Amino acid sequence: MNMSITSYKKQLQQLQPLIALFLLCLIIAIFSDRFMTVTNLWNVMRQISVNICIAVGMTLVIISAGIDLSVGSVLAFAGAVTASFLSMGVELPFFGVYLGFTTLGAILMGIAMGGVLGLVNGWVITYFKVQPFVATLAMLTIARGLTMLWTQGYPISSLGAPFAHLGTGWFLGVPIPVWIAAIVTVLAVFVMRKTRFGRYIYAIGGNERAARLSGIKVNQVKTLVYMLAGMLAAVGGILVTSRLDSAQPNAGMGYELDAIAAVVIGGTSLSGGRGLIMGTVLGAVIIGVLNNGLVLLGVSPFWQQVVKGMVILIAVIIDRSQHKEKK
Amino acid sequence: MVSLRNITKQFNGVYALRDVNIEFPAAKVIALVGENGAGKSTLMNILSGVYPDYEGELLYKGEVVQFQSPRDAQDRGITIIHQELNLIPYLSVVENIFLGRELMTPWGGLDTPKMKNVAEELLSRLKLELDLDTPVSQLKVGECQLIEIAKALLVESDVVIMDEPTSAISESEVYALYDIIADLKASGKTVVYISHKMKELFTLADEYVVLRDGQVVKQGLMAEVDEQQLVNMMVGRALAERVKCQDRITDATVLQVDNLSLAHPLKEEMLLENLSFDLCKGEIVGVFGLMGAGRTELLETLFGLRGKPTSGSFSFDEQEMSFFTSPNQALRYGLALVPEDRKGDGLVLGMNVRANLSLSVLSSLENLGVLADVQEKELCQQYVERLRIKTATDQQHVGNLSGGNQQKVVLAKYLATKPKVLMLDEPTRGIDVYAKQEIYDLIREQAALGLGVMVVSSELPELFAIADRILVMCDGRITKQFKTEEATEETILQAALPDQ
Repeated sequence: MNMSITSYKKQLQQLQPLIALFLLCLIIAIFSDRFMTVTNLWNVMRQISVNICIAVGMTLVIISAGIDLSVGSVLAFAGAVTASFLSMGVELPFFGVYLGFTTLGAILMGIAMGGVLGLVNGWVITYFKVQPFVATLAMLTIARGLTMLWTQGYPISSLGAPFAHLGTGWFLGVPIPVWIAAIVTVLAVFVMRKTRFGRYIYAIGGNERAARLSGIKVNQVKTLVYMLAGMLAAVGGILVTSRLDSAQPNAGMGYELDAIAAVVIGGTSLSGGRGLIMGTVLGAVIIGVLNNGLVLLGVSPFWQQVVKGMVILIAVIIDRSQHKEKK
Repeated sequence: MVSLRNITKQFNGVYALRDVNIEFPAAKVIALVGENGAGKSTLMNILSGVYPDYEGELLYKGEVVQFQSPRDAQDRGITIIHQELNLIPYLSVVENIFLGRELMTPWGGLDTPKMKNVAEELLSRLKLELDLDTPVSQLKVGECQLIEIAKALLVESDVVIMDEPTSAISESEVYALYDIIADLKASGKTVVYISHKMKELFTLADEYVVLRDGQVVKQGLMAEVDEQQLVNMMVGRALAERVKCQDRITDATVLQVDNLSLAHPLKEEMLLENLSFDLCKGEIVGVFGLMGAGRTELLETLFGLRGKPTSGSFSFDEQEMSFFTSPNQALRYGLALVPEDRKGDGLVLGMNVRANLSLSVLSSLENLGVLADVQEKELCQQYVERLRIKTATDQQHVGNLSGGNQQKVVLAKYLATKPKVLMLDEPTRGIDVYAKQEIYDLIREQAALGLGVMVVSSELPELFAIADRILVMCDGRITKQFKTEEATEETILQAALPDQ
């Protein structure tokens, strides 16, 4: 009896963000007839996919009790690398060889580059014991600088039809970025629920010392987490670049905040050890719909920011009070 | 000055103090003695306002008082010098001494010159020469302890409680402390002195109070007892039944350590010095020592948590090798450590019983890179039954279990790694009597299966109940080894006490 009541209550709590999303959609739909159109909804989904890719990586980092502030810059750098390889290829100075890249090759290079930057984050954090906040804050600046150097401050455009198709095209009636975000989500859910690596991330975030004493190679797992976050940011960067058919040196500024917001709204604890990928996806959708709705309702952009901030606060306060109740 | 009337204090139904009646007269030094867990700390925490709720009455200067906080007690004249240091490492000596009691100029600023003068005077009483602007983090432990004492002297107190004040200070500094205690006594103050060092107690104290199992054994004049009698009163309980059946012990050495030394990572002192011992398959070796003797350091070094030792050689399972450098490596070779702090080091409290139990063996539960739910569940089932872990389901949050069951989950986690040697650090701390017996049975069972077992404990009856052999440690060295049947509580305590 008691048991069934608590489990029912628990289920209701898990549904809460979904109910919030539903109410949000309802309110926007009442005041704007343009919201519930097929074009607008696919458009919203397309925009959200980039944040989902980044935020899924961020979720892994935050569950491990870390943070990654560098994702926005890593996104820009990976986009620039992919774009330049696509449009110009690489000339190897010492050999006089010119290397051209296929679309797939350039994309893989971009993702690899994101992975390398993430690996550096992980290495600095685990080997030199620098706090994640500080290490990734430094990387935020470094990667942005590298992007500027790489592009000389100019956008790299005209990247070819196959590449542009990635960000703007459709597959089976669904925008390709939405497919990609969905695949990333499914993979991440699988990893977190069904693999040793996922379990280790939860354990490290919950109690790093106990994890180490249990024989987990904590440094190795953490480094891998930051590397994955970098690679997922790179995927986001490639999607952004493809949609605009142009790599902007200042792309992705502030994206880390949207990603963290999605994670937090999704109920993941910033102190680590607790959180779900699906929560983050829901968080990203809520932020995306909110952005879109505020624009459609003609709310001033200044007010939009205020509202977004308040939604984050409310979400966290509700989550906090529920977890206190448990204790 | 202070009288305790029928003081009783319980923690979760376990009595820490029971009907305690003590008189602390003015102008006297009273030695408070007892084994670990006898209730000394609880008593002091009540006196100094750390625990505001208890049963019974506390009389201070003739009236009934109930202190609400340490600050409250201090303001009325009772000060405690804790064994653990409560200094802020990056603040200077003078800032620490005056923390929370800063002297102000009439304009509301800090009156640094005046504070320095007062501090200077205090330190000279302690015969301590220090630059007052040095951050405390750069001082030696002994100096920190003296600063802690200086802090207490700053407040004009009528009752000063000192909890192991000399555990880290050198001989010459001890004499400065003796002088101060004599001064306090001469000016009519009461000094309550807690220490394991018999020599100090007999030099300083006028009266003694012996606590055992939360009750007062005796209060009397120091001049009327000798050291042996005092030790007997501290121990004096019926001995737990000793293990007779020892056929499980083999002569196959599974772990051997020679001349192990470990230097402090930051300071120039030795945590472990020239330790040599061995452990056979099927044998249970107990390690006894007082706080700070180096017991935990020994286990952690063997488990690869303390980095490379300064010197020593190591052989495991009849194979000569270098010391382990990580828990991962130790576990792979078959050496497991059940840590002392089960909530801090043993468990991930946010995870359920199953996930905690399988944490160390997940790689063996994988099927093509995917965790096999069925096998994980079976493994859990097996250990929950074998160790009789009481939990509604294995999906229960481990934080909701009782202490004894939590300890069993930690034990199960490490047993699942199929170790050859099992080390346990204070395996029954804070768990009830019945669960204790169960843990002892499990430990004996493991030894009978051929494991070498090492148990660190500060409770002698515990070691008498399970150990075949007892190593006694003091100041980072092994001072004596006993076969359990040849040891008595007195001889072990003698070997564990410093100064002898």
